Amino acid sequence: MESAGFVSISEMEPILRVENVRKRYGKREILKGVSLSIRRGELKVLIGPSGGGKSTFLQCINYLVTPDEGDIWLEGRHIDHTHKRELYRYRQQVGMIFQDFNLFDHLSAVQNIEVSLIHVKRMDRKPARERAMAELERVGLRGHADHYPAQLSGGQKQRVSIARALAMDPKVMLLDEPTSALDPELIGEVLSVIKDLVANGMTMIMATHQIGFSRALADEIVFMEDGRILERGPPLKILSDAKCERTREFCSKITELYGEAD
Amino acid sequence: MKGSVTAMPDKLIAVWNALPYMLGGSLVTMGVVAGAMLIGLFGGIPLAVGQVYGKPALKRIIGIYIWFFRGVPLLVLLFLFYFGLFSLLDINLSAFTVAVIVLGLISAAYQSQIFRGSILSLPEGQLKAARALGMSDFKAVHLIVLPQALRLSIPAWSNEYSIVLKDSAVTYALGVAEIMARTHFVATRTYQHLPLYMAAGLIYLVLTYAGTKGLRILESRVRIRGYSHS
Repeated sequence: MESAGFVSISEMEPILRVENVRKRYGKREILKGVSLSIRRGELKVLIGPSGGGKSTFLQCINYLVTPDEGDIWLEGRHIDHTHKRELYRYRQQVGMIFQDFNLFDHLSAVQNIEVSLIHVKRMDRKPARERAMAELERVGLRGHADHYPAQLSGGQKQRVSIARALAMDPKVMLLDEPTSALDPELIGEVLSVIKDLVANGMTMIMATHQIGFSRALADEIVFMEDGRILERGPPLKILSDAKCERTREFCSKITELYGEAD
Repeated sequence: MKGSVTAMPDKLIAVWNALPYMLGGSLVTMGVVAGAMLIGLFGGIPLAVGQVYGKPALKRIIGIYIWFFRGVPLLVLLFLFYFGLFSLLDINLSAFTVAVIVLGLISAAYQSQIFRGSILSLPEGQLKAARALGMSDFKAVHLIVLPQALRLSIPAWSNEYSIVLKDSAVTYALGVAEIMARTHFVATRTYQHLPLYMAAGLIYLVLTYAGTKGLRILESRVRIRGYSHS
């Protein structure tokens, strides 16, 4: 593409565009008009205090939480979430990783991955099994295929859940604090899987307080508080030289807490 | 005192003679219970799913159904259906069939509450993860929610089994030839009420034991690996 002397439109256009998302529960307004665009291969990190709307925002992006207002485009196509088939197809293209893993408890690791391949992508059992095993291999858990979630550590569960999302060939991945529920010594194995994804060019929006990871790999850090994006920019700028007082305050706190460890 | 000693063999003989006839009744009883539990199972699951995930209008209709079948006494419902509804509609059903249907409709109401409780006890994230993978609500419920909820329902389900088993004795009022009806029949002819009803009670105890034991075995068979509660 580069050799033709121009960058193709699909490279410049955001792969996912989220405009003006609003959500209220009763009188509490959780999201007060949040917009975010991401280009192919980018990693955007959401930071901010809990209750600030990061998780709700991520869940609005694939309509697990239905926003009151707002529009979403995937590869330039506007998503009509009231159209069920279109919604299900859209969700297949947007993978989601949860803080508490949410593996299906009654299925083994490999079945957790297979179930959506067979019943959503309508693959035959044999290729579905092969694909599921390949994804387990990618996260280093081929040997744990027949383990049930209750037999896996937190880090292993999160890696299986990443494998499960990857098997669907998502165009974008949303990660909602993927390491926050893990014991400190298990965080590394999950982060290294996510680093591999970054290296392979996966497009990702990730809420996390892993500052070292974000500083090294994020294309942009977005600071959210009180249902709004207060500031956004390259990691170094946001983490050490933020314009906004609140951002500076927050960043110095989390750098103290999680900061230089990795 | 003297009389009771000489009467003892009579009592035993009366029970012995009646036993094959009464055990034949236990087959009828098991037929009624099995039919009712199956109707209850396949009726209770959609009722529960509708009550948890359905639109408000559907929830209200299901609520009325459950209120009705849990609220009206069994004997009233049996007579209402057998002598009332089905003869009004000119549908000719045997007493056995009506017993199965009525007990089944009642059991569906109770079972739906067992399943509803199990569904609500599952972590919300299970359904979220299924949706996030692109599953339709139907698939998410069918593939992810129900397989877990039904496993959790087995202990309460064995409770429901013993209740339906005991309730089946009331269907004797329609003339279903189950354990109770046959015992009553023999007792009024031999006047050996005490030993015969004791024998009937024992048969019910054995059936309850067998059923709950069987469900215990099923429960451990389908237990999810890695979960340690016994």
